[in-house]
Amino acid sequence: MGMDRRNFLKVAGLSTLLAAGGKAAVDILAPGDLEASMKSVPLSEGKRWAMVIDMRHLNEEIMDACTAACHREHNVPDVGNTKNEIKWIWKEKYEHIFPGQQHEYASEKYKDQFFLITCNHCTNPPCCRVCPTRATWQRSDGVVMMDMHRCIGCRFCMAACPFGARSFNYGDPRKAPEDLNPDFPPNPDYPTRSKGVVEKCTFCAERIAKGMMPACVEAADTIKEDVLIFGDLSNPDSRVRKALRANYSIRRKPELGTEPNVFYIV
Amino acid sequence: MRKMYDGGKIIAGLIIGVGLLMSPFFFNLGKAAKAPTPELTEKAREAGQCVAPKPYMQTWHMQLLDEWRHTVVREELRYTGEESGDLLTRLLSDKRAILSGNTGDFYDGGAEKIYYKSLQTTCLDCHDNKSKFCDQCHEYVGLTPYCWDCHIEPKETM
Repeated sequence: MGMDRRNFLKVAGLSTLLAAGGKAAVDILAPGDLEASMKSVPLSEGKRWAMVIDMRHLNEEIMDACTAACHREHNVPDVGNTKNEIKWIWKEKYEHIFPGQQHEYASEKYKDQFFLITCNHCTNPPCCRVCPTRATWQRSDGVVMMDMHRCIGCRFCMAACPFGARSFNYGDPRKAPEDLNPDFPPNPDYPTRSKGVVEKCTFCAERIAKGMMPACVEAADTIKEDVLIFGDLSNPDSRVRKALRANYSIRRKPELGTEPNVFYIV
Repeated sequence: MRKMYDGGKIIAGLIIGVGLLMSPFFFNLGKAAKAPTPELTEKAREAGQCVAPKPYMQTWHMQLLDEWRHTVVREELRYTGEESGDLLTRLLSDKRAILSGNTGDFYDGGAEKIYYKSLQTTCLDCHDNKSKFCDQCHEYVGLTPYCWDCHIEPKETM
């Protein structure tokens, strides 16, 4: 049986009213519940790992040491080209990581300076919201973690991340060019990845679980201490909080609201 | 009963045909490959015990590994017997050095050992003869577990 125009409009109008009423009802009876899923665990409920990078003392030697230490620790291969490269922590020009901040009169020092960048372990991570398999998620201590067993390589997270912190394995890392990766994999205690998964910095989850500092911090400390500072944001007496209290610091793309947990003292 | 045209030829053909089809079975009769037994290394034999009783490990090691990878990566429970994070916190606060070194970490807490849950650094620390301990059975049953795509197998010297 067909429906005449009059009845169709009645049904359509009524459903629209009900739907709008439903959202309003949720907003009134349980305010904020719909938005709550966007927020993460509050600081008071536990650790919140963060990193502070002191740009005043960071130099290329330290940056290269950090990258080398991290990539050795986590068996990240050098694939030999920038298109398919895999990186957990690397250096990038000021104008590329703080777009909109640069101007032609900026101090020479910052214009040409490289910054050390890695996953920001955002408080409100967009990558986790788009992951269809929950292969990437935010732990209660703030670490944006990867479960390589579960990643299906859809790369939604790479599209969602505004910081380019994620890399995709276009090929088997163990088949990376041998001349660039002698004795790969360098760390027999950490796995490699397989072809078709996304990887990124995990704040050295396996090391902080053992009470050790992340590999990059350890590497930086051997050259100069307190350049890379790692610690717990929820503890007011932690080294990161002290450093942030005493100095002016900036974060990457704060206007996006992802709340990065990697801070730069400039 | 009706007469079958060319009956003899058809029945003979059928017998030959069925015989040919069955020939691989007759040919291999009594030659079934024996199920391989996993070989224990010196170190594994000395340890005397695994993370779980042997019969359990024989039947359920894949479930155990699956549970491990889930609890370690997703729930941050990196030690056996650790129902919550409390145990590790207690051990760490006791300043007992359970975390020295990278391979085969375990804390000898009296009767029950606590192991660091890791295929690569705990299991293969004792069973570093992967080809004899893992592969030959997996090959026998036609399995190719993808663990080894990422987890690094030890270099075998034997």
